[in-house]
Amino acid sequence: MSTGPTSDAPQIPARPANGQGATDAYVPELTEEHDAEEAINELLVHETAEGSQELGDRNTTPAEEIAIEEGAVLRIPEGLVLDPGNVDVEFGPDETMIINMGPQHPSTHGVLRIMLELEGETVLRSKPIIGYLHTGMEKTGEELTYVQGATNVTRMDYLSPLHNELVFSLAVEELLGLEIPPRATWIRMLMSELNRISSHVMWTATNGMDLASTSMMIYGFREREMVLSFFEKTTGLRMNHNYIRPGGVAADLPDGWEDDVAAIIGTIPGRIDEYDELITGQPIFRERTEGVGVISAELAKAMSATGPILRASGVPWDLRRSMPYLYYDQVDFDVIVGTVGDTFDRYAVRLNEIREACRIVSQIVEKMPAGDYRSQDKKVTPPPRQRIDESMEALIHHFKIFTRGFEAPPGEVYTAIESPRGELGCYMVSDGSNKPYRLHIRGPSFVNLQSLPALLRGGLIADAIAIISSVDPVMGEVDR
Amino acid sequence: MNVAAGETQAGETQAGETQAGETQAGETQDDLASLPGLAGVPTVRGGSQLVLHPTREAYIEVVETLCGAGFDVCADLCGVDYLRHMDRALPDGVEPERFEVVVSLLSLGRRERLRLRVQVPEGDPTLPTLFFVHPGSEAMEREAYDMFGIRFDDHPDMTRILMPEDWEGHPLRKDFSVGRVPVQFKDAPGPR
Repeated sequence: MSTGPTSDAPQIPARPANGQGATDAYVPELTEEHDAEEAINELLVHETAEGSQELGDRNTTPAEEIAIEEGAVLRIPEGLVLDPGNVDVEFGPDETMIINMGPQHPSTHGVLRIMLELEGETVLRSKPIIGYLHTGMEKTGEELTYVQGATNVTRMDYLSPLHNELVFSLAVEELLGLEIPPRATWIRMLMSELNRISSHVMWTATNGMDLASTSMMIYGFREREMVLSFFEKTTGLRMNHNYIRPGGVAADLPDGWEDDVAAIIGTIPGRIDEYDELITGQPIFRERTEGVGVISAELAKAMSATGPILRASGVPWDLRRSMPYLYYDQVDFDVIVGTVGDTFDRYAVRLNEIREACRIVSQIVEKMPAGDYRSQDKKVTPPPRQRIDESMEALIHHFKIFTRGFEAPPGEVYTAIESPRGELGCYMVSDGSNKPYRLHIRGPSFVNLQSLPALLRGGLIADAIAIISSVDPVMGEVDR
Repeated sequence: MNVAAGETQAGETQAGETQAGETQAGETQDDLASLPGLAGVPTVRGGSQLVLHPTREAYIEVVETLCGAGFDVCADLCGVDYLRHMDRALPDGVEPERFEVVVSLLSLGRRERLRLRVQVPEGDPTLPTLFFVHPGSEAMEREAYDMFGIRFDDHPDMTRILMPEDWEGHPLRKDFSVGRVPVQFKDAPGPR
């Protein structure tokens, strides 16, 4: 539905008559001014048939649309029941102001732009405008073979790259009907839980920075570095690992990995207790987060929100528990839920999920079996390096897998895992060739971002900073 | 492979052709098949999930019926352009069209998910919006519109979401070519 190309053009309000002396010199004939104005509008507002993506002026937007844009009125499962009392129609055109927050704003975690309609300092309407980081990764994914694909998807959510690789690999393996050796699956679990720790610790760091606790930021980055150096030791890279691949993982865990992991899970819970002391009980922090950005369970479900947002509103939905993948049904952990659904709950859920992740990791270390770290299916897995030196056939095989890859039978699958931000899904269509015919990633940040207008409504701009931070959007995944 | 409708109320011709026993009918399939809104909707099991193939006309009704049956979260919605893969496997009675909209519905209560695949013809790529059933589909429908040009009727804000407003074309369509820089092997200036 187009918003109408002409009605949306910003109206430049006529200058008030007072103070004529100064302005007289600049005001040309009335008709000329009109032409000039139109010309400027044509230059400034580049309209297309699709209409403007931006938040429209209040006086040019119909009441129904305002109701929808206000988010909360509104986005209820029973359908759009417009309650005129709930719409701020009483505001005149001059009483409110639309300002841009971002795309270059330190608290928007990347290039997120939010248009806010303000009345004083209160947010009435808001609209996230995204796409500034769009690089067409789904299109790129159609051009890469299944072997190469993991390098592409790992760059989407750059704070939890291993989860991206995992969901991609699970989708390919379901297409192939491939069984993964137990050790490979446990390694995948170990790495994805460590990644959850690093991602959540990173979140507490940036959240601290957003709420003016700069020491928290330094601490958070310090802890993340512990995990990342283990990743570097195992995968060779700190981020964008391409470690979890269709068929298993790229390499076995390095010698002495138990000690490294033990050092991580021996240190982090103690540090989390310190942050608890530093942040959780702090009056300023609680003032800024409690009761701010409340979302009910019904609304969160209606908005398709997942992850900490949904759990903070009291819904015990965690794919690791509800629809277990890998071996999550064999480890013991708690699903953390909140009660109110405010920013503080989302903070508490994430903080406790770090503790639970440490619990899971310690169980994985105990249960890690010996065996292969990748499938021995010769169609999917390249031969070991040593064989290449002694066997021509192994060399050919190696070459074929890395140039042409392998074919997946025609079909379509949807797999989903619990990433630190919510449900990370991968819909993949195969036409029988060596590349996915269609690769779609359901990014949790992308979907969670639509609940922002509902969360921001009625709060202050300062609350908006806390709320955006608590949604934890990673723009690489939002825009893909 | 069609699931025989529980009651023969719709009198579908294809309903009698195959038996429900042909597919690996699980519990879900049995109790969903008895819902009146789903009578005659071709249903297959794809992997661990049920896949329904409603027509465009029945789409909203099917989603509403499923919402009432517990599938109350729209987890995912995306488009697919089958321009170069028109011979894909579809159950009997489903005419392949160029576009498909794939909706993944989630039931928190039953801990299940299922998929809808709706055929959308190339000549008239429109579909009713899910916004009024699942408001969470808003951004995903905008993305499907942006990437494939599939319009969702009555969507409150049918604008591009990822591409710039003035972008021409819909990038994930198969006839939208990927920009390439030609590699020069000859006549390229040497390193010095």
